Amino acid sequence: MKKLLSGNEAIGYGAYLAGCGYGVGYPGTPSTEILQSYSTYPGVHAEWATNEKVALDVATGISYAGERVFCTMKHVGLNVAADSLFSIVFTGPRGGLVVAVADDPGMHSSQNEQDTRQYGRFAKLPVVEPGDSAEGAEFMRAAFELSEQFKTPVIMRSVTRLSHSRTPLEVMDELVPLHAAHETVKYDRAPSQQIPLPMNARRMHREVEQKMLDISAWAEDCELNRIEPGGSRLGIVASGIAYQYAREVFPDATFLKLGLAYPLPNDLFHTLAGMVDQVVVVEELDPIYEHNIRLLGIPARGKDIFPLCGEFSTELVREHALAAGLIEARVPVSTSGAPIVINGLPEDAAAAVSGGAGDAGDTAGDGNGNGGGDLALLDPATLPGRPPMLCPGCAHRPIFYVLQRLRAMVFGDIGCYTLGAAPPLNATHTCGAMGAGIGVVHGTDLVGVKDRTVAVIGDSTFFHGGLPPLVNIAYNKGVSTVIVLDNRITAMTGHQANPGTGHTMMGEESPTVSIEAVARAFGFSKVDTLDPYDLDEVRRVLKDHLDSTEPSVVVARYNCVLQTKERNAAPHVDLELCNNCGTCLNIGCAPIINRGDHVEIDDILCNGCDYCVTVCPRDAIVSNRTDGGEE
Amino acid sequence: MALEKIDFVLAGVGGQGTILASDILVEVGLEAGYDVKKSEVHGMAQRGGGVESQVRWGEKVYSATVEKGEVDFLLGFEMLEVARWIDFLKPGGDVIVNRYRIPPPPVNMGVAKYPDESEIQRLLLTRAGRLVWVGATDVARELGNAALSGVVLLGVLASDLGMEHDLWLGVIERLVPERFVALNREAFSRGTAIGAEMLV
Repeated sequence: MKKLLSGNEAIGYGAYLAGCGYGVGYPGTPSTEILQSYSTYPGVHAEWATNEKVALDVATGISYAGERVFCTMKHVGLNVAADSLFSIVFTGPRGGLVVAVADDPGMHSSQNEQDTRQYGRFAKLPVVEPGDSAEGAEFMRAAFELSEQFKTPVIMRSVTRLSHSRTPLEVMDELVPLHAAHETVKYDRAPSQQIPLPMNARRMHREVEQKMLDISAWAEDCELNRIEPGGSRLGIVASGIAYQYAREVFPDATFLKLGLAYPLPNDLFHTLAGMVDQVVVVEELDPIYEHNIRLLGIPARGKDIFPLCGEFSTELVREHALAAGLIEARVPVSTSGAPIVINGLPEDAAAAVSGGAGDAGDTAGDGNGNGGGDLALLDPATLPGRPPMLCPGCAHRPIFYVLQRLRAMVFGDIGCYTLGAAPPLNATHTCGAMGAGIGVVHGTDLVGVKDRTVAVIGDSTFFHGGLPPLVNIAYNKGVSTVIVLDNRITAMTGHQANPGTGHTMMGEESPTVSIEAVARAFGFSKVDTLDPYDLDEVRRVLKDHLDSTEPSVVVARYNCVLQTKERNAAPHVDLELCNNCGTCLNIGCAPIINRGDHVEIDDILCNGCDYCVTVCPRDAIVSNRTDGGEE
Repeated sequence: MALEKIDFVLAGVGGQGTILASDILVEVGLEAGYDVKKSEVHGMAQRGGGVESQVRWGEKVYSATVEKGEVDFLLGFEMLEVARWIDFLKPGGDVIVNRYRIPPPPVNMGVAKYPDESEIQRLLLTRAGRLVWVGATDVARELGNAALSGVVLLGVLASDLGMEHDLWLGVIERLVPERFVALNREAFSRGTAIGAEMLV
């Protein structure tokens, strides 16, 4: 049957279709749903590893034992796994090994944008890139075959717009369970191929370079690359999601659609060049195809037309193609007659038609934008933004609120709690790679910075990259304080289990790690646990830790309310008491609305955590919780 | 005869139900025989941030994302969020907007002003051929659940598109948990009734 699957769901489905019995990954937007989708198919085994490098090492073991396996992560996760990736390229997998990586051009939810296709040349392995969900599933099978035929790991590259777009494909009506190997497997020992000691590694390097040449030759007529004949004026080279935009903008051009982003088919480029007057490369992020084509002596254009930074879109490709004279401007659509407004404000409809102004009503000026009287036409680009902020009911908020009141210098990390940096909290001051904050705070403390420095890290990030820098503080006699914001789940990416959660990805119970016990085992003797909603206690403990010269750990524990679906009745505002002093607005919670002379709580968005009730100095916000609330 | 392309953008605030509404729109398009693609971006901001879904119906759709100036229908779950998308509407396109405002953080912090309804209307009319204001959240609240506002808006859209209502109701029944089906049917009918009344 035909179904719409997201790119991520399709890649997960493709792994199952390819008979791949194992999947290992670490969550990261936009890649997360690949492994989640895969884990739902019958007979598969999927695991969330503690980080991407661990995931790839586990995958390597599965492959060495002879089974097909795939590994999932976001682009920056591949940096974490890069050491292991370079290694498995040299030793080569046994069972097919595919690393599915999702890039985030435009940085919708990432700290940088990088082009994973570059890892093809850098680490010397093939990269496949699908352009829609149907290809996502199909290319997985091809990737496994490629991996086994040439004994190399293969990268399956996606991007946000592919991962999160739903496009149709044919899926099986009935799913047949995979049977992962459960019988006793004897390891086929081959140390000369699996230990890259210099004497072996020198040989392996030559083998790897030969493989790349062989795959490049194979790429000339493989099913992943194709020429789509069209007009002879323009030849477009594109892959992935950029191909779709280019198809919209150049309906009549001849296309070389690449499904293998590395290594590249040199003869196909020459063939295309021979068919058309001009070759133009439409590629998002780095000019990889363009540089390769120009090295062949073909005068291709690319980044002189299209931008190097940021995400592409159909209109971006169209605008730049138009400016470069590649296409003609479209005839503007003319509208006939006056617009019809139904159930609107009749005076203003008239004003709009006549081009005049005349703001009837709405002149009260209630502080919420109903001031009226601004006669200029609004500019959509300068409308008040709606940036992401901590969710209503998020237990990170109380910690950041107190840190802000204590004027702490906060070294943040990657996760939901990066939003502690957002106004009005403005409570985080640095952020780097996963787990970096703990190392960075130790560095600043070494120099003698004394303005209440503290590192803040979430539970999943702690298990991912927080353990080595934490033991480093204890070992090197540091003085730093580390707060672990422990909501017992990897929340940012949509609630994936981690070693603190109590169950595995497959739903089996597993031991929960005590972060406090880990800290003590590392040598910290000052370790405290907090309920974030206990304002007085949070204030007392944080002040104590931040002013102490002893290295210390605070675990602020409260389950993510979106995960547990904890929700209570929204409080209401006593208009007699509220004087809009602004205290509750400073906690940065979206449902608290500034009405000029008072605040109001939006009961659709509110989660009923009652933290605004706690902080209100006039008792003007009244709890409606039936469970007695906090305490 | 080739099917004509129809592009939709649904814009609102996280937690308002734009995703479910766009899922319904996708399935209706498929059942009506279109090639369909849908794009949405998630990750940051589970609740309270701006969210948008883009749905494209056509004989053959390449890009899952819509192009500026080409969108046929703009569905606004929140007044400010729909205003943000006006440049994507094709001249003369339709805008169906929920008369509901959720002031964003800069407004609550007093550093920006939420535009007046009249200002938003004037902006929308720079491109809209038809602008329909709907008290969808009010209707949904009457039905006992504010999250139904998206299905009310879909009801108005169904009337506007002039498509068979049973096609929509069938999809809603498939996608919504069983215990909510009756409520969702009711919300859809309230939307089609508003649409029918307005769009004569």
